[in-house]
Amino acid sequence: MAANPSDGLTVGAGHGRLHLDQLAVGAPSAVRRLPAAPKLAGLFAFVTVVAVTPRWAVGALVADAALVVALVVIARVPALVVLRRLVALAPFLAFALTLPLIGTGEQVDVGPVALSVDGLWAMWNLVAKATIGATAAIVLTATTPVPDIVRGLEDLRFPRVIVAIVAFMVRYLELVADQLGRTRLAMTARAHDPRWLWQIRPIASSVGSLFVRTYERGERVHLAMAARGFEATMPVTGWVTPIRRSDVVVALLPAVAASTFAITIVIGT
Amino acid sequence: MLAMHAPDGFLEPQVALVTALASAVVVAWCLRRAADELDDRRIPLAGLAAAFIFAAQMFNFPVASGTTGHLLGGALAAILLGPHVGTIVVTVVVVVQALLFADGGITALGYNVMNMAIVPAFAGWALFVLFRRVLPTNAAGVVGATGLAAGVSVVLASVAFSLQWLFGASAPVPFDTVFSAMVAVHALIGIGEGMLSAAVVAAVLAARPDLVRGAQDLTPAQLGDGDRVKARTFVIGALLVVVTFAAVVSQFAFDDPDGLERVAIDQGFIGSARDHAFGGSLFADYATRGIGNEQVSLAVAGLAGATVALLVGYGLASASRWPRTRPTG
Repeated sequence: MAANPSDGLTVGAGHGRLHLDQLAVGAPSAVRRLPAAPKLAGLFAFVTVVAVTPRWAVGALVADAALVVALVVIARVPALVVLRRLVALAPFLAFALTLPLIGTGEQVDVGPVALSVDGLWAMWNLVAKATIGATAAIVLTATTPVPDIVRGLEDLRFPRVIVAIVAFMVRYLELVADQLGRTRLAMTARAHDPRWLWQIRPIASSVGSLFVRTYERGERVHLAMAARGFEATMPVTGWVTPIRRSDVVVALLPAVAASTFAITIVIGT
Repeated sequence: MLAMHAPDGFLEPQVALVTALASAVVVAWCLRRAADELDDRRIPLAGLAAAFIFAAQMFNFPVASGTTGHLLGGALAAILLGPHVGTIVVTVVVVVQALLFADGGITALGYNVMNMAIVPAFAGWALFVLFRRVLPTNAAGVVGATGLAAGVSVVLASVAFSLQWLFGASAPVPFDTVFSAMVAVHALIGIGEGMLSAAVVAAVLAARPDLVRGAQDLTPAQLGDGDRVKARTFVIGALLVVVTFAAVVSQFAFDDPDGLERVAIDQGFIGSARDHAFGGSLFADYATRGIGNEQVSLAVAGLAGATVALLVGYGLASASRWPRTRPTG
């Protein structure tokens, strides 16, 4: 996160410094042992069910939230890690909090302020679904090493080119980010301290040269790979866990549970 | 910034589904178009370009005393890599951000990919091609066109988001309010995006002009003769961006009634129409949004939508016509 927001060159966008190998933090657990592909499929199914659950099915969304908290506990992901990674949601949660105030329609008086009823529902809807969805995604990344996630995408039959681009991206992301960090350090060391938009020329030049250096690194990477017999498919390295049917069933349990909650509540009302 | 990296539940499921299908189709089409470009040599390069866009988004730039913004990079990616590869690369960035960093919802990927990758890349490319026609055929012209196209592409992305809001608002905030707020905020963001993208392309042109897809038609001589005009083009470009934004914003954004008055107008309607707003088929939503001046909403939506669609279409068309090789000489 931004160490010094005024230097104009801090790492922002909620990502902090990049250490992809530290994304997976969970201690050994049932969730961690699952292969990546079923876990990804389970995540997609679960967040989809949560997204289509109607907002007035309060009980279902509360049950989904409890479920996702249970997942965090079962996966043994430290609560602090989850909260820290939820920071990306902050602007949207702030926006959600304003909805009862700026929303139109029927108003209800709460103390001195009039709040929009629809706005309150919208706030609840956004806060619940955004938080549940993001937490579920955090459980996945906290229990699955990044190379496994890439492998999982491949097992799920994502387009080969997309998976290969993702693989190269995550492989070189830290290097590129480090290069950026070194440039930033060098600029700061030379008293670069921009305050205004018209002072962005040096930053833009650094980003431009970063592109050139990144691209040239890509050219070298390809040459090195070609020299080692690369033929357009990523070789399988490391130990691949075979996917068993029971893994798929287990991974889909949260989605099944969430659909059960939603259907029960919807039919019940 | 609210259009970017939207979380789960930000728009209604039907819009999420429709945009997911549309985005998947466009990205699949881009993959097909780019198949001959993305041979085994280009795949590592595309991966590195994705890492670059990701890193560039972390590079904060100052806006005004203390406040900072960051690059979005959709138009820049299209101008550097071509719109097809650019779209694919930014899509990968958006997907990885959602999967690995919970930055943007997974069920929101449809509209996030559309607003951050497809619209900026193709509309940005279309504008870039159009601006290059009127600007001189040299490095300065490319830089100026980049600035204008990148700046306006951000505003168009916010227009695209507002239209999605019209069809799938998750909150009772009328289209007009969302539209004016989004366009105004993104006009400001667009100025930064335009200036930064232009300067990035200028830096790349100076070092490795062959890496700028949008400048492939320039001869080395044309690349060389732009230095003196550069600063002036830059200033004129930035001014043009500001004027364009001012025109767009004043045309559409500020002709809605005062907020309090609006609440009074809407209360009668929306109180009774509430069930529709939540039960919501596409059309139920459509009919209840911004009912106070539906005509204006629809006119604005139609016009804005047509503009985005035209530009994206033009970007698609011009991308397939773009010369593949640089003329020597």
